[in-house]
Order: sequence, then structure tokens, then C-alpha cells
Amino acid sequence: MQRLKLFIPLIIFLVLAAFFFVVQKRIGSGDYDPQAMPSALLDKPLPAFELPDLLRGDPVSAAVLGGRIALVNVWATWCPSCHYEHPYLVRLAQQGVLILGVDYKDEPDKARQWLLEKGNPYVAVVDDRSGTLGLDLGVTGAPETYLIDARGVVRLRYQGPLDERVWRETLQPLIERLQQEARGA
Amino acid sequence: MRRLLPGLLLLVFSLGARAAIDPYEFSSEVERQRYQHFIEEMRCPKCQNQNLAGSDSPIAADLRRELRRLLNDGRSDREITDYMVARYGQFILYDPPFDKKTALLWLAPALFLVCGAVALLVIARRRRTGAETTALDADERALVEQLLAGRTPRADGERPS
Repeated sequence: MQRLKLFIPLIIFLVLAAFFFVVQKRIGSGDYDPQAMPSALLDKPLPAFELPDLLRGDPVSAAVLGGRIALVNVWATWCPSCHYEHPYLVRLAQQGVLILGVDYKDEPDKARQWLLEKGNPYVAVVDDRSGTLGLDLGVTGAPETYLIDARGVVRLRYQGPLDERVWRETLQPLIERLQQEARGA
Repeated sequence: MRRLLPGLLLLVFSLGARAAIDPYEFSSEVERQRYQHFIEEMRCPKCQNQNLAGSDSPIAADLRRELRRLLNDGRSDREITDYMVARYGQFILYDPPFDKKTALLWLAPALFLVCGAVALLVIARRRRTGAETTALDADERALVEQLLAGRTPRADGERPS
């Protein structure tokens, strides 16, 4: 028993080392993000907004989604991860996913140029150059994506660029569930 | 050394002054103090552990501007706190209210204190009872048996009784 006590520090060290190793691995594989925080908007309606459309200039509101399940994607030309994310959004749009863009604290000319060059996956792009909608959404940076259900309620917030993996593991299963819910109701 | 001391102290205490300063003007001293309190007590949502006063990140600057606007509009402290929590969650509060989610956070210090007290008690008790139950070795046992039998211990055996 006395002998065993000598090993307590070693045992504590091993337990902590194992714990940190697992956490570090999960960060590396993207399963755990220490910076991610749950959105305060979760299960609450998308905040009301009416801001000009980046391309057409007429006011846009959530009505443009027409009560369909949609993604709201916050992006900007100053955001490096948005460059990485954009081609995937274009692919999703081609598959028929409804995406509303929020051009967050950006220069409209640069943003229009970006859409011209890279393609436009958005059903509409909100010109949020002052960041007011971003503030109401609780955005902390770009890109960020919100999943809105048919009733206009925020069901998921994803911080960081979307890609095949995030779509397959997180978004798609939830969207399928929401579709079943909508059919069942 | 004595002459250096004020300068050294100044160095130590000037660290706190490394905060973001925005050129905001307030209509009253009270409003300025409320603003100061909010930026000290609210956490920058992008940073892991920095308050709005201490962060240079763009989102912190936005929130400071928003706070000033809300104060200008004459909102109450309660309204301003609710406004921020509605957008960024309780994450933003360095001094969150006690509820189901923060119970562990608030109670943990008391919990640790109780754990420490219990550990201390157990150790103290074990030490006391441990002294009483120390086993005797063979020589000691023999000595005790001699004493109990009313005989003089062998060490004193040469003196006549």
C-alpha cells in the first residue's frame, strides 16, 4: 500500500497525458473545436432583417427563402477560408441546396467581382457591409453557416468552412431529419 | 534601489493599461463608467479569454461600438446585458447569473473546499488512530508480557527488588 502511494504522481501524469492526447487528436481530426461555441440563436427564429441585395440593390428579407429548409452562409472577400469554401457552396447549389448569402462587413465591389469570377451559389446575397445582421446573428467571424428549417428557425450553426466532410457528417443528416419532420407534420 | 523602486512598480502596474482605447465621448461620467464596466465584464466572443476592453479583434471593436450606441440610446444595464446575451449567449458574460447551466461553475469552488476538508479530516483521523494501533514487534511484546506478569523487566533485572 505504502509502495503504491509512490506511484500516484506517475499515475496522475499518465491519466492527464492520455486525456490531452485524446483532446489533441480530436482537435487534429476536426471532431472538437475549442473555439466553437453554441449559437445563442439555436432553436430560435432567424432574426428579422431587411437589407439591400448585393447584386440587384432591392431589399432582401428572410421571405426570399419561402419557408424552405435553407443554409444562411456568412462570407466575405477578406476571409481566407471563404476562398476555400466557395467552390463547395457552388457544388451544393448545383445539387439543389438553397443558400442565402450574407456578405459580412465587405466591400461590395470586391464581393460582386468575387461572385462574377467564382460563380454565385446564392439565391440572394444580403449586403451587410455594416455588420448589423452579423451582429444580430451573433457572428464572430467568417465563414459561418446557419441551417434554417421550414419554419425559419435556426437549427444549427457551423463555424468554419463547409466541405464534403462537414456536409456528409453534420448537415446532410440533420437536413434529412428536418425533411422527415416537415413531411410528418 | 530605493530610487529605482517607483519606476519598477510603475512597470509592473502599467501592464493593465495595455487596453484598446476608442475615441468615444460620453454625455456623462456615469455613462463613461458604465461603458467601462461593460467592456471589462464582457468577453470577446472570438477570443478564448480576453475581455472587450483588452481585445484588438475586429469583433471586439464592433461590440464596443455597439455598447456605446446602446448606452447613447439610454438603454438600461439589464437591457444591454440581455441584448448581448441574446446574440452571443452567456459565453460573453464574465459574471454569468446562477442557473442550471452555470451551477457547476459557481458551485465548483465550494465543492473543492468540501473535498479538501474531507481529505484533511480523513488524513488527520488516520494519523491519530494509526499511532494507537501500531503493531508491536517481538521484543516489545515480550517486554509487555513480562510487565503484565508482574515481573521486573530484564533490563532492570540485576537490581534487587
